[in-house]
Amino acid sequence: MDLIAPLLTGYGLWAPVAWLVAFVAAVIIVYLLWKTGESSYKKGTQLERPYLSGNVEPEKGAVHIRASNLYWGFLQALKGYYDVLVPVHTGILSDYLIWFVAVTALVLVIVGVLS
Amino acid sequence: MTIIDFVFINAPALLVAIPLFAAFLCPVIGKISSMVRNLWVMGMMLVTAAVAFILAYRVLATGPVLYVFGAAAANLAIPLDSGGIPIRIIFTVDAMSAFMDIICAIVGISVLLYSLSSESRNSSLEGYYTLFFLMIAGVFGMVSTGDFFNFFVFLEILSLASAGMIAYRIDGGLAVEAALKYFILSTLGAIFVLFAIGIYYGQYNALNIAMIAQRMQFTMLDKIALVLLVAALAMKCGAVPLHFWTPDAYSMAPSSVTAFLVVASQASLYGLFRVVFTIYNITMNCVTVGWVIIIFGVLSMVVGVTMAIPQKDIKRLMAYHAVSQTGYMLLGVGVGLAVLGNTTLTSAFGFMAMEGGIFHIFNHAMYKGLLFLTAGAIFYRIGTRDLNKMGGLGHTMKYTMIFFMIGALAIAGIPPFNGFASKLMIYESVYLFNPLLAIIAMVVSILTLASFVKVFHSVFMGPKLPEYADVKEAPLPMLIGMGILAAIVILFGLFPQPVVDILVAPAAHALADQGGYIASVLGGA
Repeated sequence: MDLIAPLLTGYGLWAPVAWLVAFVAAVIIVYLLWKTGESSYKKGTQLERPYLSGNVEPEKGAVHIRASNLYWGFLQALKGYYDVLVPVHTGILSDYLIWFVAVTALVLVIVGVLS
Repeated sequence: MTIIDFVFINAPALLVAIPLFAAFLCPVIGKISSMVRNLWVMGMMLVTAAVAFILAYRVLATGPVLYVFGAAAANLAIPLDSGGIPIRIIFTVDAMSAFMDIICAIVGISVLLYSLSSESRNSSLEGYYTLFFLMIAGVFGMVSTGDFFNFFVFLEILSLASAGMIAYRIDGGLAVEAALKYFILSTLGAIFVLFAIGIYYGQYNALNIAMIAQRMQFTMLDKIALVLLVAALAMKCGAVPLHFWTPDAYSMAPSSVTAFLVVASQASLYGLFRVVFTIYNITMNCVTVGWVIIIFGVLSMVVGVTMAIPQKDIKRLMAYHAVSQTGYMLLGVGVGLAVLGNTTLTSAFGFMAMEGGIFHIFNHAMYKGLLFLTAGAIFYRIGTRDLNKMGGLGHTMKYTMIFFMIGALAIAGIPPFNGFASKLMIYESVYLFNPLLAIIAMVVSILTLASFVKVFHSVFMGPKLPEYADVKEAPLPMLIGMGILAAIVILFGLFPQPVVDILVAPAAHALADQGGYIASVLGGA
């Protein structure tokens, strides 16, 4: 058994070990470039304090961007889609049962007629 | 006979007997002390897993294993006075069953190890572990049995135990409500399954899957039975638009249970594939039924991921992603089914699509189980599932964060993790069938990544929040449980071809080879 054999997809192949070697090589190059940078940073000094154009730093909780603020634009762009999709998820058991029975009936019609 | 010989010969029966034994003795042993109980459940889980691995090894090395209850030997599957009908309960464990057994064993060990810490602060743990082992027995029974009525019995055991586990935390009644929804839907699904079994029995005088498959005529009644089974099992595996119970149940169950509910759902997916491939195969119109499954798959992928993005509850978000990922499995195997009657197309891409879908079952169980366990670790430490209340946990829960990253990158199909390998197989084979389906699958992966970037940022990034200043890393048993799954996610991603050769391809062959399955039972193999 060839442990590092590439994955054959029938159309192409995927060699994760070769990819990993290339990735590690890239990481080493990035690390070497990083090592050539400024090394005067000192932990626990003023250098660690955020600089906000001279303004006082807000409380920690206030600067963290919360989950609801993320992808607002995406959700707005697809508002029409979500206005239909979200209300379908009512959380009401009888609705779930109706969906179940209705989908079963629909599949029965499709399979009964087309096969 | 040595004990090893005994285990080797009786492995299919032990696979169900040991977890049942462990379950029913758990309340008694729990009276001694919590330490003894924990040793008992961990020991029993390890023994069960060892039996599952031994059985899988035997199946993969020598072919399908037949176990006839009440008969001295497997070649007595059909008693002389039964009119040629296998009337005894028969377990038929082929490569597809062995594949599912391995998944159940690995996730079972991880979840149980994790539970020793995550549930340690709760009461009624005897009940918890009893129900957990009943779930284990239910899954092993469903994927091992060759008798359809027996399949129904194990499905019911699994559903009842799962409902109990979902309701375990009560949570002001919310968990009980989620369990009630799951329970009632499962009951209706079980009635559908029972009705279909009645149709088969009425027509063919048989409950054995191989016998029904051999006698299949694809009459109108068989079409009704097929639809009832497809609908019931698609609902149980969480396919859209029958998925509504999943966000409720997955989010309200303890995270350890949710990780195993993923496997429970996959056992229903196994049942669905077993029905269409082993019972019906090319006697039905594979194109029509294949497309029905493909449409379930596409709807699941798209609706699942788009519903996940706006979620604010971390487990509800992950539950919608579980729905979405089930879509990939349905898509891959559905394409394989749609071209099953065409040898050229099957060898060109159909079989590869099936392999991709089946491989994704394994990968999904590992990374989704891992993600639910990380969500549980977060909940264990900060007591909320609300993403809006989280932040900065990467400062203190570094290992949990790393495990989350591994799971998130795998589910998004980022190389070199296991999700990428199976998704690549699905993309490339499905593209040859219908390019639009492959493009939809890729877009869904991008949206999955976007969704998990949101979770990663919301939970782990940002400054250390004052309210979580004292938060510590998850306890060691929970980290080990997550670590096992994370290691498999990485290993299966780095070495996918051996996994495909050893586990996935034999499973796909076993599923597609209806004649082989029938011969293994009725030929007395």
